Amino acid sequence: MKCEELLAILNEYVDGEIDPGVCEEYREHLDNCDPCQVVVDNIRKTIELCRACEPFELRPAFKTKLDAALRERWRTRRDCRQR
Amino acid sequence: MPDDGRLVERALHGELEAFEELVRRHERQVLALARRMLRNEADAEDVTQEAFASALDHLEKFRGETSFRSWLMTIVSHAALKVLRKKNSLPTVPLDEESLDGLPRPEFIADWREGPTSLLERKETMRHIQEALDELSENYRLVFLLRDVGELSIRETAGLLGLTENNVKVRLLRARLALREKLTRVFGDSTARIAPHAHGGTEETA
Repeated sequence: MKCEELLAILNEYVDGEIDPGVCEEYREHLDNCDPCQVVVDNIRKTIELCRACEPFELRPAFKTKLDAALRERWRTRRDCRQR
Repeated sequence: MPDDGRLVERALHGELEAFEELVRRHERQVLALARRMLRNEADAEDVTQEAFASALDHLEKFRGETSFRSWLMTIVSHAALKVLRKKNSLPTVPLDEESLDGLPRPEFIADWREGPTSLLERKETMRHIQEALDELSENYRLVFLLRDVGELSIRETAGLLGLTENNVKVRLLRARLALREKLTRVFGDSTARIAPHAHGGTEETA
């Protein structure tokens, strides 16, 4: 497997959706290619960082508005069902 | 602490507090995804409220086949895309299949100085991530956000954006490579950089 071929199926490898036979070949390549190893590791960290990124806090005024709106909707639904 | 599935059951049995706990658990992530998709504070808050209201209305449809978080992320993505469509901010759907031809080769290759957990403790990390996402074209940004931040499947992402699954895969790969390049230039250890020419790409290495 060449570096370019590895790059083309990087998603499947990182997402664990690669065919087992190809995966073996992929690992063999990584064992012998430092740059590809680092790129794969960088990609994993990029995804982890963006996904786990500290979520934004809600503005207190928005939190109050959100909770009030949902409570109101909850009550309306309950009243409708009781009718 | 009860898991999300248990809280859904309790909410379906009429316990408002259980639903409010679900909102508390997920509100920041829902707002974060809406903000990143819409890049407008007021729109993101409206969409967050709409998403939770819709989740409440359809709670009995949550079957627990996916996580509650994933179910919510699909709802908020759908709501955010509706706003983008109204504003005509969605990129046009390509008629042809996109290909991996001309895939950009990684240039700045280096281990990161710190791992994601420790980077998250730094304030400037958020800014760097936002800047890297903002520099992506809308085509790539939305696919990356839905798939890698919202954790939607390829099929769901394709369905929501009106793309083929193949086009989603191609765009996702290009987005990941572009973000890796940008973030590695910021977080990579330049003293341990591996020169791009060493990454040849044509020689057999295994």
